[in-house]
Amino acid sequence: MNDDSSNLLSADRSGDRLEVFLSGSWHINSSPPDFASSLATPLNDGGPPSSITFDTSALDSYDSSLISLLLKLHRQCESTNTRFDRDSLPGDVNDLLDMALAVPETEEGNRRQDRRFFYRVGSASLAIVDELLDLFNFLGECLFAIGRLLTGRARFRHRDFWVTVQESGAEALPIVALISVLIGMILAFVGSHQLSEFGASIYVADLVGIAMVREMGAIMAGVIMSGRTGANFAAQLGSMKVNEEIDALRTFGFNPIDFLVIPRILALVIMMPLLTVYADIIGILGGMIVGVTMGISFDQYFNQTINSLDIVACMIGITKGFVFGFIIAGAGCLRGMQSGGSSAAVGSATTSAVVTSITAIIIADAIFAVLTTILGL
Amino acid sequence: MSEPAPHIKVENLTMAYGSFVVMRDITFAINHGDVFIIMGGSGCGKSTLLRHLIGLKEPALGEIFFENVNFTAADRETRKKITRKFGVMYQSGALWSSLTLAENVALPIEQYTSLKSSQIRDLVSYKLGLVGLGGFEDFYPAQISGGMCKRAGIARAMALDPEILFLDEPSAGLDPISAQRLDDLIIHLRDSLGSTIVIVTHELASIFAVGTNSVFLDNQTRTMGATGDPNELREKSPREDVRLFLNRGVPDEKSFPQPPSDGTNSQASPAAPRQGSHS
Repeated sequence: MNDDSSNLLSADRSGDRLEVFLSGSWHINSSPPDFASSLATPLNDGGPPSSITFDTSALDSYDSSLISLLLKLHRQCESTNTRFDRDSLPGDVNDLLDMALAVPETEEGNRRQDRRFFYRVGSASLAIVDELLDLFNFLGECLFAIGRLLTGRARFRHRDFWVTVQESGAEALPIVALISVLIGMILAFVGSHQLSEFGASIYVADLVGIAMVREMGAIMAGVIMSGRTGANFAAQLGSMKVNEEIDALRTFGFNPIDFLVIPRILALVIMMPLLTVYADIIGILGGMIVGVTMGISFDQYFNQTINSLDIVACMIGITKGFVFGFIIAGAGCLRGMQSGGSSAAVGSATTSAVVTSITAIIIADAIFAVLTTILGL
Repeated sequence: MSEPAPHIKVENLTMAYGSFVVMRDITFAINHGDVFIIMGGSGCGKSTLLRHLIGLKEPALGEIFFENVNFTAADRETRKKITRKFGVMYQSGALWSSLTLAENVALPIEQYTSLKSSQIRDLVSYKLGLVGLGGFEDFYPAQISGGMCKRAGIARAMALDPEILFLDEPSAGLDPISAQRLDDLIIHLRDSLGSTIVIVTHELASIFAVGTNSVFLDNQTRTMGATGDPNELREKSPREDVRLFLNRGVPDEKSFPQPPSDGTNSQASPAAPRQGSHS
């Protein structure tokens, strides 16, 4: 093994001619010289030479490390009109160079580079418009599909629907319970600390009850389901797209929106309000645990909670559940259907689905807050 | 098969992704009962042409007709009616991964026929048996090999005995025996059902064994090079590159353009612009 790369290559520049001496064993494991450090200086000092010849009498063996270096030199020679004396290279090396040069580099391969700042800003702005059009297009198609569903003309496999109901309903119960009970307890802890200073500890029940039912139940269920089911939808549809499964549906005359999106939206729109109610109850239980350990009796806490809640608060929470369910399923399916054709694209579709749905949930919740305030609910 | 109108007619088709033109000025006709081969070098747009024919991509220019009905300009319902006569097998099989092989083949049958479920089951196992997958009914696509997925994809494409069967590289990745069986199957389908079959492939053995008509897409000029019976094109095409392709580049020495052995210009191909204009 030759570890000293300076022995492998030396260049002798005499006026207009460059003679390159190749020697020893060239192997990718024995740190062969690179172009910049070995040839750039003799090649460019005093302008490009008119010809390059090689002396390979001391060359023992070689692999691709030599060929790639010669290829680069050859390309350089082409651009400077330097004569590259291939006759002085061994026949095998010439054959390999021929193979590499047989099909010219296409210009299309490089067409992605060389893009200016304004070009990129412009195309990014146009992409936002496209994105919005896509969104409206998707919403419109979903509306038509729901119309077809209501008139009994939409076709999908009912099993798909029930599987989604199970995945997004029953199987989500444990995690929703865990998060809700913790949220309820946190609210109770924070609230009781403040309220006890006024001697009003009993109002912890009001605080937890109203906060859970009006806001936190739906939001927490929504956030969990975004990460769980929304991501699942995006990944599923995205990989179906990569695998041309969605094209296959189309050519068999199945509308992918009817077939894939509608059962998922339907399942989540039905399950999310139920999950919201479930989260509400568990959250209130969590608050109750804290309340009882702080000395409020169970009966007191229970009655206080019942008194603090009214049907309006419950309906607001459940309505949010409906809306969030639509948002989560819609965002997941939209991103999945938009996914590109590679595994990386499926990954970013999934990420984007979660980000989109959580953002949309928070925005929708803010709109709810404004509306309920205006309506005095 | 007696109709004089070609089954599929493509006129002046230009295919493009955005502003990038893949192929232009493609014109050919596929007759009833043809086994039509779409051939050309890799990456030249064969599968893209297929996607145009089955309506997954819209032509940038030009029109496609099925039995003289303009498919490109047709409304949704007409299109749906035409598409119903297709069977398509995708390059990777594109089986629905959440369904078993039997469910994959059965799904279109369930949707478009009123057969009883026992009849459907029999039909499905017959179709799977045709492609050598008898007994694999309850396997999921992830549990079988790529070649088997491909064959299952063909079984699904044949599910409704389509008038036109589109196959995207059916024999790529199959062993020679299976590829041979597949060729036999294709000819059988054509003869027994009178289907028209459109195949994207560059397997020469298949091309000559089954092809009765073809179009050759040329990567260099970005348009079609020739159309006709591949067995005739092999001998008589006026274009050298077509003969070269169909003869595996053997009879001519120019299979690889040889760069001149001394230096300044190594670009042998006249069609390629000289590179390296940056200094």
